[in-house]
Formats: sequence, C-alpha cells, structure tokens
Amino acid sequence: MKLMTLLTSSAAVLTLAGGVSAETLNWARAGDSLTMDPHAQNEGPTHALASQIYEPLIQRDMSGKQVAALATEWGPKADDPNVWAFTLREGVTFHDGAEFDSEDVVFSFNRAMSTNSNMKELLSSVVEVRAVGKYGFEIVTDGPNPIMAANLNDIYIMDKGWSEANNAVEVQDMEGGEDTFAAKNTNGTGPYTLVSRVPDNKTVLKANPGYWGIGQFPLEITEINYTPIKNPATRVAALLSGEVDFIQDVPVQDLGRVDADANLKVVKAPQNRVIFFGLNQGDADLTTDNVDGKNPFADLRVRQAMNMAINREAIQKVVMRDQSIPAGVAMPPFVNGWTEALDSIPAGNIDDAKALMADAGYGDGFSVTLHCPNDRYINDEAICQAAVGMFAQIGITVNLDAKPKAQHFPQIGNLTTDFYMLGWGVPTYDSEYIFNFLMHTKGEKRGSWNGTRYSNPDMDAKIVSLASETDLAKRDATIGEIWSQVQEDLLYLPIHHQVLNWGMANKVETPVSPDDRARFKYFTLN
Amino acid sequence: MDTLKQFLASDFFYSFRRTPVAVVSFCIAVILILSAVLAPVIAPYNPFDPATLNLMNGFSKPMEPNAFTGETFLLGTDDQGRDVFSTILYGMRVSLFVGFAAVLLALVLGVTLGLTAAMAGGRTDAIIMRIADIQLSFPAILIAMLIFGIAKGITPPDMRNQMAIWVLILSIGLSDWVQFARVVRGAAMVERQKEYVEAAQLIGRGPFTVAFKHILPNVVASVLVIATISLALAIIAEATLSFLGVGAPPTQPSLGTLIRIGQGFLFSGEWWILFFPATTLLLLALSVNLLGDWLRNTLNPNMD
Repeated sequence: MKLMTLLTSSAAVLTLAGGVSAETLNWARAGDSLTMDPHAQNEGPTHALASQIYEPLIQRDMSGKQVAALATEWGPKADDPNVWAFTLREGVTFHDGAEFDSEDVVFSFNRAMSTNSNMKELLSSVVEVRAVGKYGFEIVTDGPNPIMAANLNDIYIMDKGWSEANNAVEVQDMEGGEDTFAAKNTNGTGPYTLVSRVPDNKTVLKANPGYWGIGQFPLEITEINYTPIKNPATRVAALLSGEVDFIQDVPVQDLGRVDADANLKVVKAPQNRVIFFGLNQGDADLTTDNVDGKNPFADLRVRQAMNMAINREAIQKVVMRDQSIPAGVAMPPFVNGWTEALDSIPAGNIDDAKALMADAGYGDGFSVTLHCPNDRYINDEAICQAAVGMFAQIGITVNLDAKPKAQHFPQIGNLTTDFYMLGWGVPTYDSEYIFNFLMHTKGEKRGSWNGTRYSNPDMDAKIVSLASETDLAKRDATIGEIWSQVQEDLLYLPIHHQVLNWGMANKVETPVSPDDRARFKYFTLN
Repeated sequence: MDTLKQFLASDFFYSFRRTPVAVVSFCIAVILILSAVLAPVIAPYNPFDPATLNLMNGFSKPMEPNAFTGETFLLGTDDQGRDVFSTILYGMRVSLFVGFAAVLLALVLGVTLGLTAAMAGGRTDAIIMRIADIQLSFPAILIAMLIFGIAKGITPPDMRNQMAIWVLILSIGLSDWVQFARVVRGAAMVERQKEYVEAAQLIGRGPFTVAFKHILPNVVASVLVIATISLALAIIAEATLSFLGVGAPPTQPSLGTLIRIGQGFLFSGEWWILFFPATTLLLLALSVNLLGDWLRNTLNPNMD
C-alpha cells in the first residue's frame, strides 16, 4: 500500500515536471561551481553560476560587448583621470527585497579587495572606493587606469545589510577550507534567485519576479536546473535522452553524434581560453621529483626541452579531434597583446629536446608528479596522459595525479604542486589580467594564481606600470616587452586554445560567447 | 612418471576428462594465463612504457591502417595510441597478479584464523567468528573500497601510483578471508572429534602441530575449491574497483581500467576499446568460475 502511494506520488511529480518544461532549462556541464561566495574564487564555472544571481556594475553581453548592469553610466572624470565615476541604477532591489544603493557597492568593492578575496588582482590599482550620494560611486586609482571598466565584469555586488546580518562580511577562505553562510546562500540583484543547492549534485534557480531588466532582456527561461555531470559519456547520454537541454562541454568524440540527432544541435565558437602547464621553477628543490638538492625545472634548457617535447599537433588531431588550436603562448587570441609570432609553435624535435636535456645534465632524465584536473577543461586528463608519453620520450618519467578541480586548484594556490595543468580565460580581453594573476610574483595584491614561484622584480615593475599608463601605444609596447620576457623565460608551457562546442536541444536559441559563459537571461526558446 | 600415470588413472582425472565444460574452461584459462605470463614475449608493444607510444596512432580501428601513421593494429588502439591487444595482455597480468595475490593473502589469513578458532574454541573462537560475521554482513566490494580508501589516505601522494597494486591486493584480500575462515573452522571442528586427532593429542603433540600437520591436510580440498571460486571473484572485484577509478592507475592499466577507458568512447563508435578487454575479462572470470564449480562437485560432493 505504502509502495503504491509512493509510486503514484512520484508519478504525479513527474507529470508536473513535464508540464512546465516549456520554460524550464535543464543545464549540465562537467563541473560544479566551487562556492556561492562571489568573491572567493575567480574561476569560470563559479562565476558562470554566480552571474545568474549576482550582478556587476558593468557586464558583457553574449558577444562580449560591455553593457550597463548595475551602473548606467561610467567613465573617468574629466577633471581628474585618477577617478572613475559611476551612476548607479535606481529602483533595483536585492532578492530579499532590500534596496540597492551606493553603500552596497562600496561594501562589495572593499570585500572584493580584502585578503581572502580571489578577485583582488582585478582591483590592484584601486586606492579607495567611495559613495557619492545614494546613486553615485567613485573609484580612485593610484594613477590613471584607462581599462578600469574591463576589470569590473566579475566584481559582483552583494547586499551590505544581508552580509552583515549573516556573518558574511569576510570572504570565505577557500584554500583554508572554510565554509560560510555566503558560500551556500545568495542574495543578489540578478535575473535568477537560488532556490536550492546541493553542491556537486543539483542547483535550482528560479526567475526573479522583481528583476529590473524585465522587458529589456528576453528572460524566457523561468527555471534552471543545473546538474554537474563529470562523466562525458553520461553527460552526452543525458543530452541525447532529453534529460538535459543544454550542455556546455560536448565531448569532442561525440560532436558528430549530437549534431546528427534530429532534436539537437551543436553551436561552435573559438573560446577565449588557453590551456598550459605550469612549472615550479623558483624553488631550490622540488618535492615530487627524484633529483636531490636541485630543481630540474629551474634550468631553462629543461623547460625548453619540455616545450619542444609536447606534440601539439598530435594532441589537436587525436585527443581533441581538431577541436583546438595549438598554442605557443599562454594567451588566447582575443586578448590585446596577442600576435601570431608569439603564438607560433616552438620549433625543434625530440632529438633537439634530448640534446638540451643532456646539455642540462639530465641525459638520464628524472621523475616528477604532474597534477591535473579531471573535470574542468575539455579532455584535461587525456591531454595530461598524452603529455606523460611525450615527456617520457625525452627521459622524464611523469607520474600523473588527476583529480577533481575542487582538489586540484587549491594546490596551485597553496604552492603544493611542482607541475600542474591550468587553463586561463581572459574576461578583460587584455594582457594585464594575465600578467597580474599568472606572471607577477605571488604576493598580497597580485600573482595569486602564479604557481611557478617565478619572481622577476623588473618584470613586476612593468606589470604594475600598466595599470596607470594612459598612453595606449606606450602601454602596448610594455605589454610586448613583458611577453617577450615571459616567452624567453618560459614561465608556462602552452598547449592549445580551446574551441567551444555547446550542445543544446533545438528549442534553445543562443549564440556561443567566447568566454564560455551562458547568460540565461539572453536565451530564447522556440 | 609414476605420479603422472597415477594421476592419469585417477578418478579425478577421469571425471575431468568426462566433463566437457571443465576441459574447455581449463583450456581457456590456461591459454589466458599463459598469454598473460608471456606478455613481454607475445605482445608486439609495451603499453606500460609511455616513451614508446605515438599519440598519432590513437583510435586506430582493428586491422585497418591508421589515417596519420599508416600503422595497423590487430585489435586497434585506444585514445592514447596504445595497441589494444598488447594492453589486454599486460592488463591481464595486472588482473591475474592482483587476483592470485589477493586470494593467497585471504587464504593464509582465513585458514590461520579458521584453524585457530576451531582449535582454541571459547572466547578466541567467538571473537574471530563475530568479526567474520560483521564483515560478512557488508558486501565485499564495500569493504574493499573502505580499505582502499584508508590505505590510499595513509600512503604518501608520490608513492600512490606505485603502491596502487599492493593496496588493491590488500583491500581485496582482507575483504575475502571470511569465506576461508568459516569453511576451515567448520571442517576443522568436525575433524577435531575424530580419533586420529585424539590419538595425536594423546601422544603429546601440541595444538599447533595438530592443527597444521594433522587437520589441515584433511580440509585442504575445501580450501582449494573456495580458492578457485575466490580467484574469479577477486578478478571481478579488481575490475570493479578499477572501473570505478579507484584501482590500478591509468598508466598501468588492468582489465577493469581498460573497460573504464573504453566506456567513454562507446557513443562515438570506437567500440573496440571497450569490447576486447570486456570480452577477455568475461572469458577469464567465466572459465575460472566454471572450473571452480566443477572442482567443487568433484572434490566435495557433500558441499552445496
């Protein structure tokens, strides 16, 4: 009897779910957001979920163009180029009904610049933020910053009152393993509200009935069910069976199959993301190698040999099935500073690489551990496995340690990995963003994702100077100088630029944005 | 020569000859085990040596030349350009090694504990058998995963790949000893009542000698039967753990790891990466299992 009731009620739930499917979008991708705290992790999927709930002052639309969000007007002040002035949107409320004003913006910016914040590099040139009346806001920088606006797209605005009431003024300390109220709960101004969330399992979002943008954006999707599905075959099976309507990472081996399905389509675009290996070249000794008292990665010849050993064409043809563009520089082609010359694949073959290894005194090779994520980038683990074979050809025995990104990324932040895979997207479309996070010496304000232990004071000074250089031609020249230094010292071993393949049901209409971010408020259904 | 003649004339061999299932599974098992043992001689490539791999050979179809390199592979290649045939031979080595070693561990542990329980009786018996009961109430694979998790937690991260095989053996062995202990204890309890045991005790033999010299040879038939069936189960358990991604590392794949890798390419039409390792596992487990069944019927007609 009990079983019968259970069966009938679950059948009823199923019918109900089917009934509203016209506006519900079931969304899946390989990995989950790491935290709901919008300032704790500067990571693609984390921001992708946060951006449905929280909003920045200025946002990008699906094509990458900057459009107004919580600020309606912005720009440097005519009389003082060190100050950027913003006019804030009026009549906006947070999901809990609280009013949005300049106090919340000041609070959120200070929060994003605090020690635990993972967003502080974006605001490293900021000296002070201040409210000017209820709907005015100003950012004071340590010199004129012509590209300030591009840095603000992922600085999300939280409610001051809510954060204070819920003990969420401090940013969650992710690397320290802290858990906070704001890591599980949200209160933004965005188009969707968080209904329920079980990390790594399911997150449900509902349309915000009080959203300021109603009438300005399509907002056709009223409910979003977000499920991370790590296994590529399972993810595709879910799309093929209609269980999910939209996946952002169609496994490259299944593109043909999804495209051939009458109810599904694949939309492609080159992605603003480069994949590369980082090497601990700064420490005196490595912890995971078998060489005592020496760091083989500190020798430029070893890094050059490794760079030559990576057969990028084979990775493109076999692992990625042509869904990638081999890279010679750790910078996506969309970014200001990119040139074809920088991105050319390193010359040299296995014999040259072996000669360099012998030259450096490692003719017999050495062993080291490579840390890889297995749920973050397209075929991440397969690329690492392929690289194991390629490095073996020049005598380097690589032990592969592949694990979920939630365990992989803290190792880079904690400096507990000597050799790791990382991918980098550039939301600002400018080289400074890459330098600040990946090239600058790891410190208080910059270099939080620099796991290479590389430190070059001369280069650091050049990087810092970029923020306040108003002469754009001069600034571009400095960017060029920094890149040639980076290439010369081989901070990173670039692998490729990703190509995006979004798979979706025919009813879903959206262009692919180069930053791999689904902005559901722009989605339409037919 | 006499022993061989004696063996060929025995009831045991007669029964074997007259059971086609036993003959066929024996042949299959021997062929598979031999080819695994002789893998370095038979296999055209060494898939465990990453330096010899060419990624460009990846996803070659069986018996068809590769589009980039023109090389042909008997059973095709996997996503890393590893020859599937060689990988199966080497993978079977890992599977069989883990299986045999785990059963050996379970056997030694189970027989020792079972005999101890039977001879000592009283509190020792109660403690050992209660532990066995508790362990028996959980599925063996869960226990194996638990032990695997703990062992992985306490081994240093750099050693994990090298230790993975030993940890597998330990976790499967420790989850499997109960079978041996229970059967040996039961059989030993019966033997203990017999007159030859009393006689041995009367002439002053110690309990240790009595247990291992006098009782053990009389329960060895049952142990042999369980060991054979356990071998099939251990091979499956290893494959399950590796399939779940907690077993043999991808750079040193067992059959289970190969099936896990192949499973990812099932939709895209690269069936051979999954099909051949899975078939091999099926043949191996089935033949050993059928052999165990026959052994049970022949050696121990009373056992159900």
